Amino acid sequence: MSYFRAENLSLHFGGLKAVDSVSFAVEKGEILSIIGPNGAGKSSIFNLISRIYPPTSGRIFFEDQDITNQPAYDIAGLGIARTFQNIELFENATMLSNLLVGRHRHSTTRLWQELLFLPSVRAGEKMHRRRVEQVIEFLDLEAYRDKLISGLPYGVRKVIELARALCSEPKLILLDEPSSGLNVEETEDMSFWIRDMKTELGITVLMVEHDMTLVNRVSDRVIALNYGRVLAMGSPSEVQRHPDVVAAYLGA
Amino acid sequence: MRFLFKTDYEDDIKLFPHSGYIVSYGILLAFLLIAPFVLSSYLVSQLVFVCIYATVGVGLMILTGFTGQASLGHAAFLAIGAYTAAYLQQFNVPFPVYFLAGGLLTGVVGALVGFPALRLTGIYLVIATISFAFIVEEVLARWETVTHGNEGMRVKTLSLFGQAVPQNGPSFYYLCLAVLILTIVGTLNLLRSPTGRAFVAIRDSETAARSMGVNVSLYKVKSFAISAAITGLAGVLFAHKLSFISPEMFTLQLSIEFIIVILIGGAFSLHGAVLGAIFLVMIDPFLTYLKDDLPGIIAGIAATFGADSITAGKIHGNVAAIASANGLKGAIYGVIIVLFVLFEPLGLYGRWLKIKLFFQLFPLYKRATFKRQKIYVKSERNR
Repeated sequence: MSYFRAENLSLHFGGLKAVDSVSFAVEKGEILSIIGPNGAGKSSIFNLISRIYPPTSGRIFFEDQDITNQPAYDIAGLGIARTFQNIELFENATMLSNLLVGRHRHSTTRLWQELLFLPSVRAGEKMHRRRVEQVIEFLDLEAYRDKLISGLPYGVRKVIELARALCSEPKLILLDEPSSGLNVEETEDMSFWIRDMKTELGITVLMVEHDMTLVNRVSDRVIALNYGRVLAMGSPSEVQRHPDVVAAYLGA
Repeated sequence: MRFLFKTDYEDDIKLFPHSGYIVSYGILLAFLLIAPFVLSSYLVSQLVFVCIYATVGVGLMILTGFTGQASLGHAAFLAIGAYTAAYLQQFNVPFPVYFLAGGLLTGVVGALVGFPALRLTGIYLVIATISFAFIVEEVLARWETVTHGNEGMRVKTLSLFGQAVPQNGPSFYYLCLAVLILTIVGTLNLLRSPTGRAFVAIRDSETAARSMGVNVSLYKVKSFAISAAITGLAGVLFAHKLSFISPEMFTLQLSIEFIIVILIGGAFSLHGAVLGAIFLVMIDPFLTYLKDDLPGIIAGIAATFGADSITAGKIHGNVAAIASANGLKGAIYGVIIVLFVLFEPLGLYGRWLKIKLFFQLFPLYKRATFKRQKIYVKSERNR
């Protein structure tokens, strides 16, 4: 059994088949990239996995458990974290509180304890803070702890969003275009971090990406999509040479 | 300017970041404690209203400022707290019991209002909460066996542990102050815990909050319940302060006044709730003063510039007619809200922070520091 599996996943908006019977599997500890032209259904697959949309048909399995009908907030609890293509940070909060929200699935305190801020809440806060601090160190975000997100540049926000996902200590992380809007150096940093997430933190990575340099550098396997269907699957170089993929990108 | 050197995670948790805060809040507290002995009884009475309005403001701030859910129904929550107190008082229930019962019942009602609110956002939520307020107002007027309908209910003098606490005495003021301070401390505790952060997360991006494992529906209901419960507690004090309650006190205008409290004080901070309450309570006597004196002042000015006595009399009459027109107060409130939204969306507290920064950075303050800008990166698709 594979670690994560999507079976005949479909998402239809009326007559439009955004995702059309897509099946794929992710092995534990690998980096799998999904590529494809705009509108191919890449982000839709992510939104199906994180339950922003309910699938029209098909099933999703994670660690041999059927998660197709789990409520959206449970997905993070299972250990699947994600980032967003257009950055969905909590704009009017500091970076620290953004990252601490990432710890939400690990919080165990109850409302009345929090109103009184009992020692258990205090201890929990410190424990969360220590974990957050590890992520801050991992991603070199020390300079921004008390900064409001709304005042930070795009490249930093992108990293903070990754940090927030990592704070939830995920087993599987979904990265929606991690390099979009980043310059060459930032993209290079991002590729190192993605590799380190796999090797140092043991996180399985599923990634949607347009930047083929990044895809080639980090991916173990690649899936190419077009019009909601899988065109090709395999190693980065195999997929890039696949005639259907070449046709989809060059329109030949 | 002070630079904090943090050496412990505790430094980010504690309520007072440095000793300066303890000193300034200590001075404020000392002033509030001696206030009944130095201020006129009228001002102390106004301070009681400030405490009650600020408590409601803190409650509404949790819902609107931190969770991002608008409500124009808080007058109804205040009414439920007030009527619970008045009703239970008839059966000689002691104050601590009906005080907590008022908060609890209002909290439950708040949670029930929260459920239909789960699917509504923005203007639709405002409409739903207004409808709720009208329903409550109507029920209070019609359910005569419990609420005595439009005749209203008399609220007996508060008695605590066998001691009478008259609503104009200093002890009632201390009680209201204590409730306000406890509410603020409880709210601050909540805000530095996972629940408070979940509220803020929902305000800023529901999609992201959900994908981080926040049960958005549950926390919205929680926020409604907490906000309503705090307002209910304030309602009990409100009933005692006025010593008489009737349905027409808890109208839409009162809900709008609560919105003014948080909007003018400054959304996103508890300081704002208190500043807004001070502003609102103090503007009322100011408006009354204007109503009485403005016609005379303007006629006087006209006379100084050579108007004869007949013209001056006409001006006096016209201004007096405008000043005593029905609904003028509501119109003035409306203008104030619009002006604040346009020119100082962060409210009085935001303005205060800017002034403070000006002096901290002096002479290096840059004019563009708080220039508002739009950033077009946020996706609206996944809402």
